[in-house]
Amino acid sequence: MSTDVSAWSQSEDVKMTRKTALSIAATVLVAALALALPRLVTDYVLSAILVPFLALALAAIGQNLVTGYAGQLSVGSAAFMSVGAFAAYDLHLHVPSIPLLVSFAFGGFIAAVTGALFGLPSLRIRGFYLVASTLAAQFFIEWLFTKVGWFSGNSASGVIMAPPLVVAGLDFSSPGGHYWLSLLVVVPLAILGRNLVQGRVGRAWMAVRDMEIAAAIVGVPTRRAKLLAFAIGSFYCGVAGALWAFAYLGTVEPHGFDLDRSFQILFIAILGGLGSVVGPFLGAAFVVLFPIALDNVAGGALGSVVDPGLLENVEKIIFGSLVILFLVKQPAGLARLAAIAWTRLCRVALRE
Amino acid sequence: MSFFLEVLIGGLLAGVMYTMVALGFVIIYKASGVFNFAQGAMVLFAALTFVSLVERGLSFPWALAGTLGVMLLLAVAIERVVLRPLVNAPPLALFLATLGLASVLEGLAQSVWGTQVHGLDLYVSDVPLGGLGVQVSRFDLFAAATAGLLVLGLAILFRTTRAGVSLRAVADDPLAAIAVGIDLPRLWTIAWGVAGVVALVAGLLWGARVGVQFSLSLVVLKALPVLIIGGFSSIGGAIAGGLIVGATEKLAEVYVGSYVGGGTESWSPYVLALGFLLVRPAGLFGERIVERV
Repeated sequence: MSTDVSAWSQSEDVKMTRKTALSIAATVLVAALALALPRLVTDYVLSAILVPFLALALAAIGQNLVTGYAGQLSVGSAAFMSVGAFAAYDLHLHVPSIPLLVSFAFGGFIAAVTGALFGLPSLRIRGFYLVASTLAAQFFIEWLFTKVGWFSGNSASGVIMAPPLVVAGLDFSSPGGHYWLSLLVVVPLAILGRNLVQGRVGRAWMAVRDMEIAAAIVGVPTRRAKLLAFAIGSFYCGVAGALWAFAYLGTVEPHGFDLDRSFQILFIAILGGLGSVVGPFLGAAFVVLFPIALDNVAGGALGSVVDPGLLENVEKIIFGSLVILFLVKQPAGLARLAAIAWTRLCRVALRE
Repeated sequence: MSFFLEVLIGGLLAGVMYTMVALGFVIIYKASGVFNFAQGAMVLFAALTFVSLVERGLSFPWALAGTLGVMLLLAVAIERVVLRPLVNAPPLALFLATLGLASVLEGLAQSVWGTQVHGLDLYVSDVPLGGLGVQVSRFDLFAAATAGLLVLGLAILFRTTRAGVSLRAVADDPLAAIAVGIDLPRLWTIAWGVAGVVALVAGLLWGARVGVQFSLSLVVLKALPVLIIGGFSSIGGAIAGGLIVGATEKLAEVYVGSYVGGGTESWSPYVLALGFLLVRPAGLFGERIVERV
């Protein structure tokens, strides 16, 4: 967008309209693709790639609200995911008549309360010290769900089956159904998140992130902004956790939400771009697709016998290097690269 | 009473291990202001390299020399590839970069040397020594003595050598240090190299105890509460913090854990650290560098 008012002319105006038309066309294209996907791809792709992709992207949006926008370091996203999953499951267990989406929202709400609770130290301390608080959440919550049987309905194995996915009388239990349900949850929340960060709340977060003292001086309620970031970020993680457990795994268990998952979500947020709502989708797509691509390439190049342990470690090396590379070369992540590509595309399309 | 003492001493000796990892943190934090999450991965990397060299037929001193060389090369590489390009980056970016570094080091160590658990024999038997009615493991005493020697060595290094004095100058005031002509990038390399050596010693002691395996990398998670309790910038704090964390987590597990199903060791140090954060955010011996709101 041009900020120079004097340069604003008729032709600029036309260009802007064209650009808007172009971005509307792109949005329609993406939406059409998202809607047509269940017909285009196999059930395996739907339930093993697209559903976890959507859940991870949602969790990474939550991480991004806390870390990318409000500037508060959190390494406990997976713990808040597990809170969401277990709260949704427990509500459903005790009140079976509750609609599924309401128990998802309940899971998100309980996760929000938990997140705000573990975000309380952020009112007194900053920076790395906050890692301690979120790590405490990570370890304590994992331990709690493993040791206290009440949360898993006193099931002997500790692994519990998620209830059937039925929303408003419609059955979502096919692989396509899992995808539709995830889409139904993730897309509205992503749009809401985008509006949130562009509005008053998001501006307060960014002010706190960029310079907290200045923010306080111009009247931003910094304490409230920080707690709100933890609460809303954890809400997103909680709903993502419920999706992960109900739609992807089909079981609710604490061990899928360990520290590695937290780091995975943090990596998604960094690679996708801190301070972006599109970024988490790009980052999640990368994190989900890359291991599969690596597997195929290694399998194709070296024959079928590739040690999966070795592959996993090569993956770690590449992910770690990419995180460093992005932090050095492109701190705004894949989202920025996509934006640059988009601008070039527009320029070519509009023949500037 | 003697049972209490045994648990306490066992905890204190475990705390020595935590101290060793925390020391590496403190050295890097003082020199470069980086919170190095990769310290645990460095412990794994060093121990795995050493064990693999020994298994390939190198004698103990040669394997030690070889690993030392690798750790110093690693420090040079880290300074060039990670620290230098991120010189003016916000602290958050540097911390996240060390997360990436941890992932790289873990992957590298395990894809080069394999993922199996290696035994490591330091020729010190793990037999209990009696005395005054309390049983203490000989190996643990050996570990504590080694840690003590290491701290002494570091203290001498910091007091007497040119590099050590420069490191203290940088920790005190980086700008003034640059102004009097201290070569900051070179010093960062030295600090990371020293931290690598500390990681090697910690890795050998810890590896001889539990086997050289991936879990070595996770001691970093114990070092964090140690640092919060002791203070990020104090070697004395790292020692005190390590002992406190070791003792309380063992005592809590024995006396409280049995009522709640056990496994409290994973989070009890963090609860303790959070308590410290609320009461004394700079830690026991730290400077008041914590930004409080």
